[in-house]
Amino acid sequence: MGSPMLFGIAEVGYFVAMMVYIGYFMFKNKSVGITATALAAGAFLSQTAALILRWVESYGMGIGRAPLTNLYESLIFFVWCLMLGYLIIEFKYKNRTFGAFVTPLAGLALGFIDLTGISKEIEPLVPALQSNWLLAHVTMSFIAYAAFALAFATGMLYLVLSTEKRSESSYIFWTVAGSVFFIVLAAMGADYIKFKVIGTSQELIKGFLFKATFRNESGFIALLSFVAAFALMFFVWRYGYVLKRMVQTFNITLDFLEDLNYKVIAVGFPIFTLGGLIFGAIWADQAWGVYWSWDPKETWSLISWLVYAFYLHARFLRGWRGNKIAVLSSIGFITVIFTYLGVNLFLSGLHSYGEA
Amino acid sequence: MADKNIVDKIWKFFTSVKLAVVIIAVIALSSMIGTVIEQDSSPEKNLKLFTKIFGPANAQTVYKSAVALGLTDMYHSWWFTSILICFSANLIICSIDKLPHIKRIVDEPLKPIDAKDFDNYGIKKELSVDGSIEDAKTLVLAAIKKLGMTPNASDNSGPNTIQFYAHKGRRTRYAVYVIHFSIIIILIGAVIGNTLGFSGYLILPEGETSAVAYSRQSEKEHPLGFSIRCDDFSTSFYGLSDMPKDYASWLSVIEDGKTVLKKTIGVNSPLKYKGYTFYQSSYGVVPQKNTRSLIILNVTPKGGKTEQISLGVGESFKIPGTKFSGRLIAFTPALAFDKNERPYSYTENMNNPAVYIELTSEDNDKYSGWLVKRYPQTWDLPDGSKVELVDNWGYQYTGLQVRKDPGVLLVYAGCLFMTIGLYCAFFLSHKKIWVLLQSEKTKVNIKIAAFANKNKTGYEGVINSVFNRLTH
Repeated sequence: MGSPMLFGIAEVGYFVAMMVYIGYFMFKNKSVGITATALAAGAFLSQTAALILRWVESYGMGIGRAPLTNLYESLIFFVWCLMLGYLIIEFKYKNRTFGAFVTPLAGLALGFIDLTGISKEIEPLVPALQSNWLLAHVTMSFIAYAAFALAFATGMLYLVLSTEKRSESSYIFWTVAGSVFFIVLAAMGADYIKFKVIGTSQELIKGFLFKATFRNESGFIALLSFVAAFALMFFVWRYGYVLKRMVQTFNITLDFLEDLNYKVIAVGFPIFTLGGLIFGAIWADQAWGVYWSWDPKETWSLISWLVYAFYLHARFLRGWRGNKIAVLSSIGFITVIFTYLGVNLFLSGLHSYGEA
Repeated sequence: MADKNIVDKIWKFFTSVKLAVVIIAVIALSSMIGTVIEQDSSPEKNLKLFTKIFGPANAQTVYKSAVALGLTDMYHSWWFTSILICFSANLIICSIDKLPHIKRIVDEPLKPIDAKDFDNYGIKKELSVDGSIEDAKTLVLAAIKKLGMTPNASDNSGPNTIQFYAHKGRRTRYAVYVIHFSIIIILIGAVIGNTLGFSGYLILPEGETSAVAYSRQSEKEHPLGFSIRCDDFSTSFYGLSDMPKDYASWLSVIEDGKTVLKKTIGVNSPLKYKGYTFYQSSYGVVPQKNTRSLIILNVTPKGGKTEQISLGVGESFKIPGTKFSGRLIAFTPALAFDKNERPYSYTENMNNPAVYIELTSEDNDKYSGWLVKRYPQTWDLPDGSKVELVDNWGYQYTGLQVRKDPGVLLVYAGCLFMTIGLYCAFFLSHKKIWVLLQSEKTKVNIKIAAFANKNKTGYEGVINSVFNRLTH
């Protein structure tokens, strides 16, 4: 069995686990919950085996390197860290509710691989990446990203639970952020179907992003897409309380969510600072002779770092709690997504290895 | 007095957390702009971007105002620098302002607490052990030592009562200031690097020597104080593919006419000498007219010894011990054949170097063909001798990034401090514990109260595991 097959099993496993977790979330049936956990754990094991196998396979090809060097591998590793973090939390707090919020993030990341059509090949390393810093820098960055993703999930869940009034800014924030998340994913799905399944575009996503919907050649379809997007946003905003009722049945307290939100950030922030920023700077210094060059990836990492630094100071110095802090942690993760994917897709710079 | 008021006002202005919040937000937002508008690039690129956003009519105007605002070289503009200065001032003054308060908390001696206050702590625990109070004392003292603390005792509340109290990690409260301090150190390092350092480049063809580098900003010559020579440059590839595996330059440092240092540099492994660092950053092909290029061949007659020769294109060589002599007709950096079997070069770079040789025997037999560096089977000649294309020399140049940065050590020191600070701030805490022992007939009741400024649950877990053992 090769690594692609094991990755395939893991991918399917996570998607099924996502659905079962959502099912558990809705029906609160205990055996459904156990099935969800078993599926997630099984997929996780399969993914672990696949990662190791891919590493071994690279040696077989005479390349010999850790599977952490392009966009595909980093997404896979991100999902691995995320699921590991989630399974630890589920085990430690004996609570499966987050499953319904975390597995979609894992599914999203895996789906994104197929959507963008990024290369899955084991490719040799370009000279700049041949460094011992690669492993430390990339591993730690992604552990931190996964921690921030968990903070995002707990932050959003917090907002779902704590808000009620439609005029409340925090309520508007979570309904809009949640629906934008969904809309972007759906629009990319439409791109995928139009350009990869029906058409056979050889281009990467950069070439056709949103061309099936918002950037459609036909002005009518583009307009329709915007109308549909706003309608969806309105729908989520109008009926967001339904989700709240569902979450409420699980007896998760707001304090617990807030505490967990802080805890994962308290793990993610130092790891991100050390592995992402400091190790990145040292490596850049050795490879390029500049420890900081305001390259887009660096700058966006700094922006994410500032947002989380802001979070910590607001919490400890200004005593911010509750909605404000939950919104901040969600904004932090949005900048992380941009640091990670947006920069590779939209901006150019030294870190463009991840492009294809 | 008026002066003092102004100083006070400025001081107060910079101690405000609100200011910090505003500055952080401004840095974050303006940095975003800087990643969208391409920095330090050609005007066309940004004009294209502006045309897309603002339409062709406004693009020129927008571009001009962006340049005037320094948005095309934002991170070096006066206003961005000013924000960074404000940020540092804010960071320093906030920290200095808060320090006395923190110092008071750190220096505050730990005192025993009232028996009735034991219930008011976040972490509390009660248990009892059999035996005398002396037995219990030994157990509790050992337990507190196990927590890594040195216990103090207070027994002024009666003969049957004793209280132990201890704390550790109070200095971890300074950790946040270590992080702030480290940011300042890094910024100072950056300022030193920018003002006293040198950032430049050097294009060095194989075989050439230079005593200067060129500044990146002004293109001016910058004397190095020594000379640097490129002995060779080569690219290696993965297998027979065109995917580069490594770029390497063989450099020599020459001082007072003597070679003092030789090093092969590659990406991720630079050469350091007298404060200057030379990084492999680019490479290219030297225009042929200007240089004398050589082809290096290993010639092995059938059953004979290998001899290395180097010669230019158009020159001839003899295969020793045979009646053959050869002539180099042509060189190509990247040999390929088109569909009419005609040779051409598919790139300027040395991806697949090859020479075309013509062999003539004394009997006027002729043989000609390509020797390709990558394919050893092309080196065998019909008469059993072998000519290997070893290298071509003088065709390429190496592009070096040259840097002198006296601030980089400070930056590294700052990074180290930051790591230590982060570890202490997030993973250590100031922990306190009070243990009250009250003997009652044949057993001793033990009450515990504890406090940690971070990670209370973790501390509670440790206390539970240490004290639960006492009852067994």
